Amino acid sequence: MLTRLTRLRRRSPGDIAFTVFLGLTCALILFITLYPVYFVMIASISDPTLVATGRVSFWPRGLSSFGYEQIFADTRIWTGYRNTLLYTAAGTALNLLVTLPAAYALSRREFAPRKVLMLFFAFTMFFSGGLIPTYLLYRDLNLLDNWAVFVIPSAVNVYNLIIARAFFEHSLPEEIFEAATIDGANYFQFFLKIAIPLSAAIISVIGLYYLVQHWNDFFTGLVFVRTYDKQPLQIVLRDILISNQAFAGGAGGAGGTGGSYAQQYADQIKYGVIVVSTLPIIALYPFLQRYFEKGVMIGSVKG
Amino acid sequence: MTLIDPAPVKMSRRAKTSTGASVPPRRGLRRHIRRYWQLWVMAAPAIAFVAVFSYIPMYGIQLAFREFDFTAGLTGGEWVGLKYFRQFFESPQFWTLMRNTVVISVTTLVVGFIAPIALALLVNQVIGRSRKKFLQTATYLPHFISIVVIVGMLQVFLSPTSGLITRFLEGLGLTGVNFLGDPSAFVPVYVISEVWQHCGWNSIIYLAALASVDTQLYEAAKIDGAGRVSIVRHIDFPALIPTMIVLLILNMGGVLNAGFEKIFLMQNPLNLSVSEVISTYVYKIGILSNQFSYATAIGLFNTAINFVFLVVTNQIAKRVSNTSLW
Repeated sequence: MLTRLTRLRRRSPGDIAFTVFLGLTCALILFITLYPVYFVMIASISDPTLVATGRVSFWPRGLSSFGYEQIFADTRIWTGYRNTLLYTAAGTALNLLVTLPAAYALSRREFAPRKVLMLFFAFTMFFSGGLIPTYLLYRDLNLLDNWAVFVIPSAVNVYNLIIARAFFEHSLPEEIFEAATIDGANYFQFFLKIAIPLSAAIISVIGLYYLVQHWNDFFTGLVFVRTYDKQPLQIVLRDILISNQAFAGGAGGAGGTGGSYAQQYADQIKYGVIVVSTLPIIALYPFLQRYFEKGVMIGSVKG
Repeated sequence: MTLIDPAPVKMSRRAKTSTGASVPPRRGLRRHIRRYWQLWVMAAPAIAFVAVFSYIPMYGIQLAFREFDFTAGLTGGEWVGLKYFRQFFESPQFWTLMRNTVVISVTTLVVGFIAPIALALLVNQVIGRSRKKFLQTATYLPHFISIVVIVGMLQVFLSPTSGLITRFLEGLGLTGVNFLGDPSAFVPVYVISEVWQHCGWNSIIYLAALASVDTQLYEAAKIDGAGRVSIVRHIDFPALIPTMIVLLILNMGGVLNAGFEKIFLMQNPLNLSVSEVISTYVYKIGILSNQFSYATAIGLFNTAINFVFLVVTNQIAKRVSNTSLW
């Protein structure tokens, strides 16, 4: 206490003003970032009328499970959920299977073609064929309206490849490699038995990036898939949240049956849908955030 | 056990000198394959996927100069030269599309570039590891919310009758604005929500740069009587400049890339005059109305401008500051 006082006394007025400004700004930033997310959660379980008239602000009021009952009764959401789970699992598995070995090969300094190969990969980050040639290619490959379109074309994300390569290059001690080769290990054996077990961090990082990318993928479904049964969660969400498509229970969107009464119930369903679709990522967030961040750090090491 | 490469590091050094000197290239190639075939096998799937799904569409760009022919496929149609580019430049939508695309992407680029720097400088001033960490972690949470959910949240929060933000702004005296319908509100809503979602995430890289500033600099500045504001200005800010330049070059490569998904989802008949951009137009013309050649030409125009901006910015940065991507 005493030291804190003396420290305070020694500070100039400018520094004290700075500290106050800092504290207030940080509090404001925290509020702006987290409150909308928090509000969605409490609004999804509060009485829709209280929410619509602005009487719910910090705690849930007049608990109502109407929104969630509607959501659980709606088959579209669960079909979308199932599809997204499948696409995400298959997609992420293929991503890792393709990206990790390639990243390892490109991380070997003695492998001379790696410079040309990196150019080959990196160029695609800045130049692309565009939507129509891609669309026609998928048509020729029979990928249109095919569930594989969610998995196969996105097998390699060049940014993730670069992160993984940087990790292998900078974080695996060269001595281990030399020792293993003296013991007669070849590249395959070294990769499988030594590099992979030592790389839990990078596998988690890019695995998560890929997972989130698949989970949030809206574009693929919009452009390349017609059949509704194959559509992922994000397309179903679009229909409910943005196109205001009616629910089976009758609580429809804006232009529907009945004025503001129906609107507030539709809004509660929307809050609930946001929670249900985003919960997996938000729930994992506290455990995973250090991995997310690590990816940026590794990626920023200039390779 | 194969005996591929007992000591590749040393071997490769020897290999380099020998192939460089007198050994004919074919023997060098054979030796290269014998030594490195496993690495080639490991890289092959990724090479194949990128070749098929990135380079074949690039090859298909020639469709922009051809008449699309359903039976002939991607590259078989009759050559028509710049016909479709001329059609685009002369079309009544051209200037509207250009203006909308430039306004949205440049505003996003400028605001989205400055905000993470400011946030990083601010968070870096917070004393205490765990407090700093918490602030950082909290601010990048929205980065992982899907675009569909973000736009859905915007619609609920900005609803003219019951929206949370509409009501809050009414409390501040800003009444009668329909944030979802009024064309003049489109760009601010787009850009501010973009900053809300990505500012924290984009600041991570700057915070990493700040964490590696030599602490002796701070000690020296304090002894010289520098206040916290001048430390931020004269030590922290200059430390970020190399990172800023690299990110600026990367961002310039997307100068005409107004994000398709978010704009498409935010579009409605009321705001279409400001929200129709090149990418959404390409989707509508190409995928929805099947004018493949015309849409390819518009898309190529967009990609080419982005690429030119990337290269030019990179060259300028190289001259001015010796920092560049390549």
